[in-house]
Amino acid sequence: MAKITIDGKEFDVDPKLTVIQAAAENGIEIPHFCWHPKLSVSGNCRMCLVEIEKMPKLAIACSTQVSDGMVVRTDSDRVVKARNAVMEFLLINHPLDCPICDEAGECKLQDYAYKYSIGESRFTEDKVHKPKRVELGPRVMLDDERCIMCSRCIRFADEVAHQPALTFTERGTHVVLTTFPGQQFDSPYSMNVIDLCPVGALTSRDFRFKSRVWEMSSTDSVCIGCARGCNTQVWVRNNEILRLTPKQNDEVNGPWMCDHGRLDSFRHVNSDARLNGPLLRKDNAFVEVGWDEALSRIVSELRTYRKNEIAAIGSPYATNEDNYIFAKFMRDVVGAKHFALAEHVKPGDQDELLIRADKTPNAAGAQLMGFATHALAPMLEGIKNGAIKALYVLEDNIAADPAVADILAELDLLIVHSCVRNETTELAHVVLSSATFAEKNGTYTNFLGRVQRIRPAVTTVDSERTLDGFSMSRWDKFAAHNDRWGKGPRRDARSSWRIIAAVSGVMGTKMKYAASDEIFKELAEKIPAFRGLSYLKLGSTGATTSAGAPAAVPTPAHS
Amino acid sequence: MGTHGKMIRTRDLNFLQRIYIPEILKGMSMTIAQLFKPKFTVQYPDERFAPEKSFRGRPVLVEENGVERCVACGLCSRVCPALAIEVQASETELEKERYPIKFEINMVRCIFCGFCEEVCPEEAIIMSDEYLLAFTSQEEAVFGKDRLLKSAEEMKGRLEWLRNHR
Repeated sequence: MAKITIDGKEFDVDPKLTVIQAAAENGIEIPHFCWHPKLSVSGNCRMCLVEIEKMPKLAIACSTQVSDGMVVRTDSDRVVKARNAVMEFLLINHPLDCPICDEAGECKLQDYAYKYSIGESRFTEDKVHKPKRVELGPRVMLDDERCIMCSRCIRFADEVAHQPALTFTERGTHVVLTTFPGQQFDSPYSMNVIDLCPVGALTSRDFRFKSRVWEMSSTDSVCIGCARGCNTQVWVRNNEILRLTPKQNDEVNGPWMCDHGRLDSFRHVNSDARLNGPLLRKDNAFVEVGWDEALSRIVSELRTYRKNEIAAIGSPYATNEDNYIFAKFMRDVVGAKHFALAEHVKPGDQDELLIRADKTPNAAGAQLMGFATHALAPMLEGIKNGAIKALYVLEDNIAADPAVADILAELDLLIVHSCVRNETTELAHVVLSSATFAEKNGTYTNFLGRVQRIRPAVTTVDSERTLDGFSMSRWDKFAAHNDRWGKGPRRDARSSWRIIAAVSGVMGTKMKYAASDEIFKELAEKIPAFRGLSYLKLGSTGATTSAGAPAAVPTPAHS
Repeated sequence: MGTHGKMIRTRDLNFLQRIYIPEILKGMSMTIAQLFKPKFTVQYPDERFAPEKSFRGRPVLVEENGVERCVACGLCSRVCPALAIEVQASETELEKERYPIKFEINMVRCIFCGFCEEVCPEEAIIMSDEYLLAFTSQEEAVFGKDRLLKSAEEMKGRLEWLRNHR
């Protein structure tokens, strides 16, 4: 260990660290643009200059290794003056177009200009003009004038995305970021450069001009695009999800997420195909009905079948809590004998960094609750030969496969939980509108067995932003009933566990849970893999089940 | 404790003050004098008061060469203490890159403080001299771009005043 002193405080740090890392580890932020903890050191922005005793000149903290007895000052007069000069130089050619820049509000240059710059420029000449509105790839937009040449994006493309398509050309103030001739930056991770870019040079083409960042609320959540379960933040304005951004969790995704997850995993929440309340099939057409009617219909229908004629398909899209309650209800209340789980694996669509072939967020969790994938084929066979007459499907569009759809058409009773109209709901007799990942509390178990929290960001008819502790934007806080901007669409959808608990109540077996954490507490006692876990223990980064990866998952305990 | 509950007179009135008559006469003479001075009263609504250039009437959007100056930055919306302004940006082929596809001011919420005019980086939203704002419904009070846009020619007076006094 090396003993170093930063701003008069002594720390014992690993001698392999650089000064900026050692400071960050001990809660001291040294301002920086080009340095990033997950990228190689470039040392070009000069913003992290610090004064080190016995060194004649100021040194950059990002590439100076600590040594025993080192005395560092991050706030001496010389450092402040140098930082100020660096800011003045960076701002010389930076356009004053914050009002039309998507980065404004979460811009490092903006923040540092307030914190570390005197705020006045002596530069009266014309700024250098460079290409604007350059499409760097299918998802990333470049404004070269805003670029401060930190090279984070180039290093990301080289080192993390492994698509070295970006480079600088020209010299001095005329440096231009561009792709190599004939190439475009279309890596499946390309949009991470938008988060990496400390200024508004690289922005999202999808989110372009949709909203100012301060108009949205952000809620910590988990991406449902694949079994990795990248930690995300859900950005909502007027009750509509406008974008997802990654949230750093070194156990799962580091600071990154893939473009597919960022762009496609939330579209169904805002979709026009969303269900709004339960549907009943009457005379071969769907009728919108109230919850009570739908629930009593389910109960009266289920009672007409023998126990071994009823089957249940769990969901790798639903939370652990939903699957647990579903399994408990079907096993203990209904007495069903057949439990299965559908797989959604795209063989080959997998890589070393994040993307997994399994395109569901909670296959591991659903299996731990007793739904086995190997039981699906025998179950479909049973439906085909008439042994199984009733099927209850939790949040899964299994009929997307036409072969399965043909088999489901044989059923006398098909009950489906779904948030949108799809192939499976078209075949159903009762459709219950379930809440999406962005509308409920719960947990997902990823392919490594890591259990992570999701939190509601979008309100439904039943939830209230203020009362239910959602994160709030300024608009949410002050919207009155007569304000148009407070009136984003709210759907009549409920968490699946809530729906099932209500069905169980109608059947005469009360399930009393006030919230999802009570279910999690119970399942942590009942399911060995979850033993010892609680929402408190999951915290903001999650915790791992004792079962670990699904390969180690034992065959379903109850069936 | 000694003075508790006791009335304390800070100043004793003399006899003339106690009978009030001189004070009443003083007031009456002031009133009567007004009868022979020019009138301020305007016979509203037959007559209308023409405000000074510094007057803050309802905010309007300045239109130049058929295009609004606004770049939909949302600063007016952010600074508005009454949350009266809602802006939705969109992309345009013009040099300014973005424009407001939707710009609404809820005149029931507006308090005529003029912060939007002050914060605007483009001098695109300014206060007009219009003060006739009566509505028969909440919906009618929400002004969209159609009712907010005014040509720079029409708003020349206010723009000039802003240039000289800001």
